[in-house]
Amino acid sequence: MRIIEHPILETLDTSRTVTIYYNDRPVEALEGEPVAAALMNAGIKAFRTTAKRKEPRGIFCAIGRCTDCKMTVDGVPNVRTCMCPVKEGMRVYHQDGNGTFEKKDRT
Amino acid sequence: MKIKETDIAIVGAGAAGLTAAIEARRAGAQVLVLDENRLPGGQLFKQIHKFFGSHEHRAGTRGFQIGRDLLKEVEQSGAEVWLNTVVYGMEPDTSLGVIHEDQNTVIKAKKVIVATGAKENYMAFPGSTLPGVMGAGAAQTMINVNRVLPGERIVMVGSGNVGLIVSYQLMQAGAEVLAIVEGAPFIGGYGVHAGKIRRAGVPILVSHTVTRAIGTEQVEAVEIAEVDSKFRPIPGTEQVLEADTVCLAVGLNPMTELLWLTGCKFTFIPAFGGHVPMHDAHMETTVPGLYVAGDVTGVEEASSAMEEGRLAGISAAESLGLIPREEAKERRGEVIRRLNVLRSGAFGEGRRRSKEQQLKAMEAFQAEGDRT
Repeated sequence: MRIIEHPILETLDTSRTVTIYYNDRPVEALEGEPVAAALMNAGIKAFRTTAKRKEPRGIFCAIGRCTDCKMTVDGVPNVRTCMCPVKEGMRVYHQDGNGTFEKKDRT
Repeated sequence: MKIKETDIAIVGAGAAGLTAAIEARRAGAQVLVLDENRLPGGQLFKQIHKFFGSHEHRAGTRGFQIGRDLLKEVEQSGAEVWLNTVVYGMEPDTSLGVIHEDQNTVIKAKKVIVATGAKENYMAFPGSTLPGVMGAGAAQTMINVNRVLPGERIVMVGSGNVGLIVSYQLMQAGAEVLAIVEGAPFIGGYGVHAGKIRRAGVPILVSHTVTRAIGTEQVEAVEIAEVDSKFRPIPGTEQVLEADTVCLAVGLNPMTELLWLTGCKFTFIPAFGGHVPMHDAHMETTVPGLYVAGDVTGVEEASSAMEEGRLAGISAAESLGLIPREEAKERRGEVIRRLNVLRSGAFGEGRRRSKEQQLKAMEAFQAEGDRT
């Protein structure tokens, strides 16, 4: 959920948007925001599954340190989505395990 | 591979790195600041609460406003700032490996100041890896910078200032905080923050902990329980809260990875978050020409980080011959006087003792070097 009005901060400017694709499904994002923020706003919390136990993982640190939010972005696996800004038409896929450079990770 | 030379390279454009840049530029040094993020300011822009401390530390001003003013000052100073730039390594001679504009670049600086800050601690319990369990700082980043609510019903773990402040900010962002649980039998943070939380009707449950997060794909509920004096959950006291998010505010630890690569010496100070680099009163480490400032030297808070940044910036410029020794000494004395104000009182006293311990470790190391 987007926080538009805020008691301390200015009203959020939502005028400039781009469309990214999560598992081929369109997701509206604000220009310049990290991929992880756009997905979280769309209610998506599980970003990948672990290699051995196939457990779900999502955002943990949001500052690029823990790598729990890594996904396959535009064909590149293990992209830290909390650090990666959205771009128009970006293809983001849920990542299974360590990921590959082909788009095999869609679930 | 490109090579870039500069007088002073600073890793991290947060509270400490930016003040270091301002001081070094003021002395006339050529300064290059490196940061992985798309915006400078580090964690300052997440701090939407009013700062504490004295008038000269701008008590009563909100963190993001201090950040904005700092950025303006850096811009005017003429320091070069490379954003979206990952520093992936550092050699013992302090040359830095960075990726800038998709290009592998080596930075050769006469002096390097590492101001990489800190990261959040983790706490393990059944279900703690589920999506929906995150650092309190992560939640703060999502609401105050990215303006996205990470969840609607929150359980906060830890009642230090981070836990209290982020709980309040989550409420300002529109979330419901079901409870703050604290393992210790007392509240860790300032009374004034705890009071605001309680007046808003949020229970602060001391001697309580999270025993598990329940869910398959994400957090669907959270079980908490009372703990005994040895922090063991007391059977029969469990209760399940209908929360979708657990925030962990259980401390921070310094981001020292780059420093370890250089072989600089460390000392272990638990109150500072673990292993911290030894440094002298000039903020120089055991590796000549390598300086540190801010939370990477031991976890404190933003005002102290800004002062340490000034110490490092002044000292690095002095060592390049850009500030006369007497003047540098005087200016450092002024900064240290202000730091001592921050490191006093019920909450600051422990940090002052930790810093003394760190400086003493450095003295002992140097004395040993002199003997051999």
